[in-house]
Amino acid sequence: MTLTLLALIPLGGAALVWVTGRFRPATVRVAALVVALIQLAFTCVLAVTVATHTPATMTGGLTSAASTSFWLLRVDGLALPLIVLTSLLGVIAVLASWRVELRPGAHFALLLGLQAAVTLVFLADHLVLFYAAWEAVLIPMFFLIGGWGHEGRRHAAMKFFIYTFAGSALMLIGLLLVGFTTGELRISALSSGILDPTLRTLVFWLLVAGFAVKVPIVPFHTWLPEAHVEAPTAGSIMLAGVLLKMGGYGLLRFALPLAPEAAHAAAPVFATLGIIGIVYGAVVALAQTDLKRLVAYSSIAHMGFVVLAIATGSPLALAAAMLVMVAHGLTSALLFLLVGQLYERTHTRSLARLGGLLATLPVWATIFVFASLASLGLPGLAGFPGELVTFLEGFASWGWWMVAVALGVVLAGAYSLRAIREVAQGPEKPEWAGLRDLDLIELAAAVPLALLIVVMGVWPSVVSGVMDPVARALSALVGRG
Amino acid sequence: MSVLHEMPYLAVLVPLALAVVLAAGVRFWGNAAAWIALLGPLTGLAVGIASIGGGTAGTFTWIRVGQTVLRLGYDANALTVVMLLVVGVVASCVMVFSIGYMHGEKGYVRYYALLSLFTAAMAALVLAADLVSLFVGWELVGACSFLLIGFWYAKPSAAEAARKAFMVTRIGDAAMLLGMAVLWNATGTLELSAVLGKAATLAPGVATAAAICVLLGAVGKSAQFPLHIWLPDAMEGPTPVSALIHAATMVAAGVFLIARVWPLFEVAPAARGLALTLGTITALGAATVALAQRDIKKVLAWSTISQLGFMFAALGVGAWPVAIFHLVTHAAFKALLFLSAGSVIHGSGTQDLAEMGGLAKKMPLTAACWIAGVVSLAGIPPAAGFFSKDEVVASVLHAAPWAGVALFAASALTAAYAARATRLAFFGEPRGAKPAHESPWTMIAPLALLAVGALGLGFAGAPLAALLGHEAEPLSVPIAATAVSLALVGAFLGWRSARPEASADPRFAALTRAAYSGWGVDAFADRFVVRPATALARMADAMGDRLAIDGLAEGVATMASRVGGLLAEIQSGDGQWYAALMATGVVVLAAAAVWLVR
Repeated sequence: MTLTLLALIPLGGAALVWVTGRFRPATVRVAALVVALIQLAFTCVLAVTVATHTPATMTGGLTSAASTSFWLLRVDGLALPLIVLTSLLGVIAVLASWRVELRPGAHFALLLGLQAAVTLVFLADHLVLFYAAWEAVLIPMFFLIGGWGHEGRRHAAMKFFIYTFAGSALMLIGLLLVGFTTGELRISALSSGILDPTLRTLVFWLLVAGFAVKVPIVPFHTWLPEAHVEAPTAGSIMLAGVLLKMGGYGLLRFALPLAPEAAHAAAPVFATLGIIGIVYGAVVALAQTDLKRLVAYSSIAHMGFVVLAIATGSPLALAAAMLVMVAHGLTSALLFLLVGQLYERTHTRSLARLGGLLATLPVWATIFVFASLASLGLPGLAGFPGELVTFLEGFASWGWWMVAVALGVVLAGAYSLRAIREVAQGPEKPEWAGLRDLDLIELAAAVPLALLIVVMGVWPSVVSGVMDPVARALSALVGRG
Repeated sequence: MSVLHEMPYLAVLVPLALAVVLAAGVRFWGNAAAWIALLGPLTGLAVGIASIGGGTAGTFTWIRVGQTVLRLGYDANALTVVMLLVVGVVASCVMVFSIGYMHGEKGYVRYYALLSLFTAAMAALVLAADLVSLFVGWELVGACSFLLIGFWYAKPSAAEAARKAFMVTRIGDAAMLLGMAVLWNATGTLELSAVLGKAATLAPGVATAAAICVLLGAVGKSAQFPLHIWLPDAMEGPTPVSALIHAATMVAAGVFLIARVWPLFEVAPAARGLALTLGTITALGAATVALAQRDIKKVLAWSTISQLGFMFAALGVGAWPVAIFHLVTHAAFKALLFLSAGSVIHGSGTQDLAEMGGLAKKMPLTAACWIAGVVSLAGIPPAAGFFSKDEVVASVLHAAPWAGVALFAASALTAAYAARATRLAFFGEPRGAKPAHESPWTMIAPLALLAVGALGLGFAGAPLAALLGHEAEPLSVPIAATAVSLALVGAFLGWRSARPEASADPRFAALTRAAYSGWGVDAFADRFVVRPATALARMADAMGDRLAIDGLAEGVATMASRVGGLLAEIQSGDGQWYAALMATGVVVLAAAAVWLVR
């Protein structure tokens, strides 16, 4: 029941908000915020309960009729951090949309619906439920981009939809193969022994097709910058913060356990793609002239670390994959939030037109400098632990190829400092004189993220500890434990 | 005192907490900020004193997966104590000095918040018992340096200098990360006591690779050739910041690091050789550049690079306690010189040597303190710099005569540029547009304290060596006599050749220009690293990402739409169409689900 509620609170909230859509916008957004806060509080209680329980798992749903039910839910160390992240960013996304005036009822309903779908992706313990939730995520996201986005929203929304849909079609074939040949649909019952050895490699690559687009792994990434640039702020926060994590989650939840030999054999390919992502994402980010595109490409670079960590496969590296995912969830959400707040004021994201904002918007710019430093992996902040561990562990498997990753670390500094230089530093521009700085609602969205970025940097074991048993089990499967 | 002894990490936590308190009340604290911030370095100083007889250690579990643990640890050993004392004294002096220097400055509280954060990060760096904590401190001092160089963020040159400093040192930091990875995989730990305990058992290739990577990190942080190019630009920051971060403490962290992991360098002769070579090149090269500078801060910046080169040369021949001795005396006299320069800039309103002259009459106290610093820098007995530099030159000469000779030449040049700057600033006719005035007592008092150190610390050599568990080198009279004679000749020539005009002797105009620009290393880096990288990024974006990868993806979509006419239909459709598409999808899904669970 507990887990069912976790999926139903945002879903019910979405319906409620949709209905109240005819009331004043203030009522609608307060209702959405209350729902998101209830969900967050509920998630936190659940997280503490599960994390302090041994083993750190919880099952739920209609388990009494387990043989026929597809409403089967489960939380373990792999799902828990991502569920907490989703609930947290749900609140932030609502706060970030506070000033939406175009059909606020529909906007907040879609946001909460999106949250419900993503939560269900991480909760599902049944293949059909998982796939339905996976595809259901696309629908609210598609409408959020298409309905509340910027100039090129239609093209971006279609591209996002078709690209990820094509990926998940292949993933569906993979999942169907698993379902048909084994008859096992409970995700927690899927293991390496269950699948016919001749099928494993095929299933592995089919699943990877879906997950690779979602992560995204270079070269399947070009939907991402476009979707981000056109998406409304809340959409970008959810997209970068949690939707990309579905890819990493899928790799760890399905691809590795079902076909560990294939995963082991494919590790060099993944490591190569991860390293390419780290360097390529950073290089292309360096050339961007649009602040939001710059942040989007930095996401690709950071997700490269996730891919590299998963390819490395040691227990510590798999925990690092989770650390990077959560850290990136916090950091990219903060950056997209800030870019959105800026765009509301300046109606531009062009680096050439911005500048001198430390003088114009001191509070906003201070948080922006902080977020950019977090993004470049400054120690003491969230990005560092996961990237450091990926680096340390990656060296054992990939040796001096890690020089390329070190280059990526330098380049991450280059694009982050360029953003700071072009946006925050420099002489005050008369064009932006008189802009008002952040108000309380905007601070309420940004400050908690900033604080959590510090907490994650100082105390990463709050995440890696939960991930520990899963990381060790998975690593043993792929033969790197 | 026992609290300080038991909890050396207070040296980190107190300034960190003060930084948070200051930042939280950035509009509130006003002039009280300085006195609040001062508690930070004083705590560090107290911890250092309390730990002289041997400190305590402790750890905090950072990441644990299975049996593998990464800890954050602190450990107040003898080397740490030395560094804590240096950081505590210099940071206190700088904070007091800044009361006058930064008075009325917009961002006064922010300035002290950043200084506090820097003090915390520097304490974390020197207290670190493992490479993770060390790297955390290492990067955070770099971040503080970035924020303080860019303190006047609206000034484009300051913003550029801040970015350059961060980027160039980050190249070294990336190498250091590689070194950590090598050690982690060879020893399974990053705790310094364990890693260093196993250093002797490492395969020679592994030890050399790790040591060279760590050395490159130190080369970046300590502004050694060829990664020195950020330090002269860093002078865009407020002068007290230059004294603290870019002269006495952070830039010396590279020397500290190598001394801290010395057992690793013990088994890596190639890394030692590289340290000696780079250090010698830097010591000599930077001294020639200092001779051609016109800005008083730039003279000091190049001088710092050169003096750090002396320390690296000493490290390269294995004389790490000597390098630390020179680090200590250099911290005193260079902080003194920078703060004196700050007093000069404050009093005369310029930092261009050509616009100074005759300041000794108007600013006698500042002039006296500057001269104390210069005497120490030039290595004139019995000032502190004489003793430490003599030990450096003696050890290097003993192990590598070619480098020793180069250091003799660098010593002579040091005395020359010191004398030249002194004459241009303080003697001759006043050339300034505005009448100069002496600085207030809050600025003079720290100068006086540092002057005592710059003159008197030479006698600390023996106790320092004892603290570090070594015997002090006896003074070598022939070497000392040679060095002092060379310094006097250099000083004489420097004094004689000092001319306020832009170019010295027309016959040497081209040479002077080349030296002034740092022998073109900067231009080289710009032309062969920065510009190609930028061009590559633009090309990757335009050709690779937009044209090739995205073009391919869009091409596939367009082709599909031509074949089926599907995409065209969708794009011209409206919300109804999408809803129908979704509905179809859901029906298909439901059918599949029912069929599967049947």
